[in-house]
This record gives sequence, C-alpha cells and structure tokens, in this order.
Amino acid sequence: MRLSWRTARLVERRAQTATARTLVLTVPDWPGHLAGQHVDVRLTADDGYQAVRSYSLAAPPDADRIELGVQTVESGEVSPYLADELPVGADVEVRGPLGNWFVWRPEETRPALLVAGGSGVVPLAAMIRAHGRAGTAGPLTLLYSARTPDDVWYRDDLDGGGERLDVRYVYTRRAPLGSVRPPGRVARADLDQAVARLVKDSPVFVCGPTAFVETVSDALVDLGCSPDAIRTERFG
Amino acid sequence: MRPVGSLSPGFRGRARTLTDRLPPGQYPTESFPVLSAGPTPHVATDGWTFTVTTETGDSRTWTWQQMMDLPQEDIVQDIHCVTRWSKFDTHWRGVSLDVFLEDVETAATYVKATSYGGYTTNLPLADLRGGKAWIVHGYDGFALSPEHGGPARLLVPHLYLWKSAKWVSGLRLTREDEPGFWESVGYHNYGDPWREQRNWGD
Repeated sequence: MRLSWRTARLVERRAQTATARTLVLTVPDWPGHLAGQHVDVRLTADDGYQAVRSYSLAAPPDADRIELGVQTVESGEVSPYLADELPVGADVEVRGPLGNWFVWRPEETRPALLVAGGSGVVPLAAMIRAHGRAGTAGPLTLLYSARTPDDVWYRDDLDGGGERLDVRYVYTRRAPLGSVRPPGRVARADLDQAVARLVKDSPVFVCGPTAFVETVSDALVDLGCSPDAIRTERFG
Repeated sequence: MRPVGSLSPGFRGRARTLTDRLPPGQYPTESFPVLSAGPTPHVATDGWTFTVTTETGDSRTWTWQQMMDLPQEDIVQDIHCVTRWSKFDTHWRGVSLDVFLEDVETAATYVKATSYGGYTTNLPLADLRGGKAWIVHGYDGFALSPEHGGPARLLVPHLYLWKSAKWVSGLRLTREDEPGFWESVGYHNYGDPWREQRNWGD
C-alpha cells in the first residue's frame, strides 16, 4: 500500500514556548498512528513550488485530529511559516504515519526511560500521553534537558502525569531559583538515577540534537544499558 | 488536481535553484545530519575487518591495513537521505567495491550488507558494481567520524543514504533478496531517490 498525501486543516495553534508551537490539524479518514511516529508536511506556493519537512506527532490519535510540535528554526524555509503564518482554517498536506521503529506500544509492561533534548520531547510526549491512557503499561521516566524553565514544552501534562510517570528536568543554561542541581548538560549522575529504575532490556528512547543523542546514548551503554534496547532519533 | 493557491496560503519558499540536481521531495543542506536507529558503535581500526561471503559460504576478509593498501579513490558525490535532506559535492576517500568483488566467484544477485552494531541493509549486487559504490574511510579530508559511520562505511550514493551502511563489517551475497533493518520496518526495498522510493508501496 502506497502512502498518499492527505489534506489537513489547521484547527488550533497553541504556543509552547516563545518559538515552539503545537499545531492541531484535522485529517479526514486518518488511519491512526503509534506514539513516536511522524508525518511529512507538504507546503505549496502559488507557482506550484513545494517544500516537505517531517514533524513528530505529539499525541496519540484522536479520531481525525492529529497534533504536531513545531520548533521554529531561524531562517528555516518551513518551520517559521507553520509556527506563525499558516492561518487557522487553512489547509496543508500530510503523508503518514511514518517511522515504525522509534515507537512505544501500550502493551509494553516493562519500565521505560525517555530522554529528551529540547524539541526532541515531541515524540516522547506522544508516548507519555499514550502511556497515560494505557492503564496497565509499566512506569515511565522522562529525563528532559531544556535550556531554561521557559523552554519546557507540555509542562501541564508532564507535571500532572501521576505516580506512573516520573519527570526529571535538567536545565543547561538557567535553573529555577532554589534548584539543587546547578545548570549544566546532562551528566552521568543524571542518567544513573534514571537507569536505576529500569529492568533488564527495558526500552530506552533518546531524541534530540545529534550531539545530545550521541552523548546520552554512549553514557547509557557505559551504564550497562543494552545497545539493542536503546532507540534513537536525531535532528540537526 | 487541486487549484494552485488553495493550499498553504502565503507560503513562498526559497529561491527555485538547483532543481536539476535535487531529487523530488528533497531540500539541499550544508550541514550533515545523522540518521541512526540506536547508539553509535565505536569500532577500533586495529580490530576492524571487512568480509565478503558468497552464497556457497566462501569468504575473503580484509584487515584495516589490507584495505588501506588497496587502490584508493577520491570520490565527489551528491547524497540524498530519506529524511529529505540532500547534500551536494560531498568528498570521500575509499576503495571501489569493484576491487573487493573482482575475484569473487558468485551466481548471487543480491547482497546483505552487515555492520558492527547489528545494522543490515539489502541491495542488488549489480548496484555495487561498475564504479557506483565504495567502502569509504575518509570524509572531507579527515578520518570518517563514528556518528557518520566510521571507521568505514558503505557509500552507494545513487540510492537513499540508509543503503550506505555505516560501520560496515561485510557483504553477504545471496540468491534471495532479504530485507534489511529499515526495509523490514517500512522503508522501500530499493530506495531510488529519483523515483522517490521512500516507503513500502512507493
């Protein structure tokens, strides 16, 4: 079966940070997707020129509504338009769902670790929301590296996730007043605590900029995680 | 066809250049993004080997030094990743697959490339012959870095870059076509960027 382009209508846009947006689109007859998957978004200019980029799905499917996370890339061709210009009520095209590897399934009963760098939190947020709906899934730990408290996406979901979701923030530039941990990049000590909650072959998902994913996944292997259990998605 | 102008109103996009070098649905980039399914294996050159195994089980293995002693080529190619970036005029150094396959007696028509770390990808053997594919160990004048597939990777630039197996350890020649890692989870079996063969069914 060939994936076709579908018309998708922007129905809602919400700010996550100063430069990050949630876009809610309706896609008639959307086939559904798994947490962690992405879609291609295609834009068409008046002269027929087209540009395509991939965006992660930020939530499990909700009938024909899908939610994307868009981080504005300075002088980017597509992201500034999606983040701030595409009018609510207007159409774009999407193709998907794509990516059958970086996915978390609700039947997963082992504890899992999610490690996010910046906007790498988007597909992991879909996993956290799918996990919230699945009563029997194993506990989740999210280790979330952000520059400052103002750069955190999905704060309400993450802080209201209940007992089966443990969220640790790591701030790299500025931490909130009174923080015990000084600002700095994710270090072995941060990962050590998170790994301690895992069992043998627990799935680990790491998403973020390339350098972040390289550092974190190398450290996880050093800490005893099986390379086969670590799934990664890199950008930038 | 839907009338132009009814989609993404106000979208202009970048300057329309380079289109003859850019496969459909791709955008040019100056950076070198990374697509890998898991952690990066760190493979030392002193333990590195590259093995070609035929369908009858015959095999031939090269050590790092033996590979470096083969005729080296400087290669300039455009590369295309299924995640939609393309990069023009990338500079590589390595050995043509024709050199490794020269004395191999085989009736196989397919290849499974294998990698340190467990990655695999499948290709028709014909796509590795005729000056179209290499084992490369240098990029842009330097040793190929681990995140880009070092110490050595396959380079098959006429196919999407996931076919250019990073951390390559060998080629297994087969009579049957066996899907590799990404080919088993939704990527196209062949992966021609000019025919936009990204996913199953494309």
